Amino acid sequence: MAEQHSVEIRHLDLDFGAVKVLQDLNLDIHEGEFLVLLGSSGCGKSTLLNCIAGLLEPTDGQIFIKGRNVTWAEPSDRGIGMVFQSYALYPQMTVRGNLSFGLKNAKVPKAEIEKRVNRAAEILQIQPLLDRKPGALSGGQRQRVAIGRALVRDVDVFLFDEPLSNLDAKLRADLRVELKRLHQQLENTMIYVTHDQVEAMTLADRIAIMKGGQIMQLSTPDEIYNRPRNKYVADFIGSPSMNFLDGHLENHVFKRGDLVMPMTGYEFAAPKVADRKATIGIRPEHVITGELVQGAPVKSEILVDVVEPMGSDTLVWGNMGDRPFRLRMDGNARVKPGERLPIGIDPSRASLFDASDETRL
Amino acid sequence: MSDIGMLNTVKAAEDPVRRRLDSGPRGARPKRALSRGNIILYGTLLVVSLYYLLPLYVMIVTSLKGMPEIRAGNVFAPPMEITFQPWVKAWAEACTGVNCEGLSRGFWNSVRILIPSVILSITIACISGYTLSKWKFKGSDLFFTILIVGAFIPYQVMLYPIVIMLREVGNTLGVQLFGSLTGLVLVHSVFGMPILTLLFRNYFASIPDELFKAARVDGAGFWGILFRIMLPMSLPILVVAMILQVTGIWNDFLFGVVYTRADSYPMTVQLNNIVNSVQGIKEYNVNMAATLLTGLVPLFIYFVSGKLFVRGIAAGAVKG
Repeated sequence: MAEQHSVEIRHLDLDFGAVKVLQDLNLDIHEGEFLVLLGSSGCGKSTLLNCIAGLLEPTDGQIFIKGRNVTWAEPSDRGIGMVFQSYALYPQMTVRGNLSFGLKNAKVPKAEIEKRVNRAAEILQIQPLLDRKPGALSGGQRQRVAIGRALVRDVDVFLFDEPLSNLDAKLRADLRVELKRLHQQLENTMIYVTHDQVEAMTLADRIAIMKGGQIMQLSTPDEIYNRPRNKYVADFIGSPSMNFLDGHLENHVFKRGDLVMPMTGYEFAAPKVADRKATIGIRPEHVITGELVQGAPVKSEILVDVVEPMGSDTLVWGNMGDRPFRLRMDGNARVKPGERLPIGIDPSRASLFDASDETRL
Repeated sequence: MSDIGMLNTVKAAEDPVRRRLDSGPRGARPKRALSRGNIILYGTLLVVSLYYLLPLYVMIVTSLKGMPEIRAGNVFAPPMEITFQPWVKAWAEACTGVNCEGLSRGFWNSVRILIPSVILSITIACISGYTLSKWKFKGSDLFFTILIVGAFIPYQVMLYPIVIMLREVGNTLGVQLFGSLTGLVLVHSVFGMPILTLLFRNYFASIPDELFKAARVDGAGFWGILFRIMLPMSLPILVVAMILQVTGIWNDFLFGVVYTRADSYPMTVQLNNIVNSVQGIKEYNVNMAATLLTGLVPLFIYFVSGKLFVRGIAAGAVKG
């Protein structure tokens, strides 16, 4: 093995009765990597995390942590720490008791426990809270204690199960930054489950997008955003989501009625892609508007339906022919419903998918 | 000059009042204490409480009267001369058959039945409830269903089979189970199982799974999680289970009379024997005192833990 993998998952299956929650899932996670498992609810992301933690037994397959086969090991013997959505702090214990519970179970000497608890409290800035009960803490403080509980155990891998979902928007943003800082400081492997694409894009070194118990794409956030491997990923990432137009690809030219789009500058997966039915995906924020339309490679127009000013930018919901079409404009753009808005499209920033199997061309 | 000054001050004083009246009602609406609703509500409560408290009153006053006074026939009259003699007699001298030790023997028998039964049944039910909610195994739901069905089978159906079982198991092990306190303790523990297990299972099921998972990641095992995480959170349900068992076992008559012998009868059975004895004159004051003595333990338990009881029932019963 040239590179040490922190976590390896080999051919993992998990069935709940007749339902296949995970199907032949393979995943390698690098040492010190921040990997985000992203997907809508029911895609199996939390199930996968629970399998890695040892809280669920897989039906088939193997899990390695630091090269050791831990498929049948107890959660506490896997070198993992876990942070839960509901914090899961022991309500009858003080913060100090919560932090030291795992160490006491592992029979760590008292002096060492004291040292590690203080260090974790210092990193997370919760020293003043050590003698309080969880009930007397705010949501953000509770989640910090929950992270601290994983921190004191000096684990190889941190597992996060939607840790920020119970917090309000502002606190979530603050803790997100803190988590990123913590990762930079500790350089541990972190596996993070979320359904929030902003969290995924901002935190991850790599994102694994899951659907139906399988990984749809495992890449860097940049790659996932700019070169989604299939239509599902393209649709899932980005808000508002990508515009899709069905048409034909003929000789590397996308055609749909009046719209003729030579795909110059587009990186095809193969040097020569055969003619076929295809779907083009255009991100709302990549649509060219205003004076720049003149210089755009492809020109078209949409009929504006609804305008949503958001301050920093303006979302425009319109129709291109019979298809809905969304675009994101500058915050001070002045557009009215019913207006015909000229737009430009840059084929090099678009994504082209096969119409039948929905993979990227 | 002065007139104008007077006028102004009067106006100033009147103004705030008038402004309030002009703008209509404000603030909380005044309520009448003797409204029709209140009269019906408190009237009903009064009648109902009288209905329940009157018999208790009659029992207490009768137990404090001497026999001549009782024969006078004034059931509701307070005692003219208070005497504690009936209480002493009920506790220490009343006769059942040839035995004249009073209720005290039955009381101590009941205590000897109660304490081990309560501890044994709650311990087992707590562990099974914990297992059935957090450590589900293959068939655990079926197991639980069977256990619950047990709660719906009338006791009478099982009386005789249990007699045979106690006798045979006792013979095999070489100990006396049928007719002994040990046998009765076993019977009480078994019959407490369905409802107590249900109670504990539902309570533990309401404790979030994530807490349980966190404890497993922290390296706590089956017993560690039970004793260090679950039990410290379970005071309300433990109190409920205790009240149910203490009152249920203390008030039991059927099992007591079937599975024990005369010298080990619990208090309830002995009370019955005292009250229903056909020999001699009926000593109503002694009977009342004996009945009150027998009821003291459950009464005491209810008074001490009423609030916790309601809270625990609510916590254990809601979630399925």
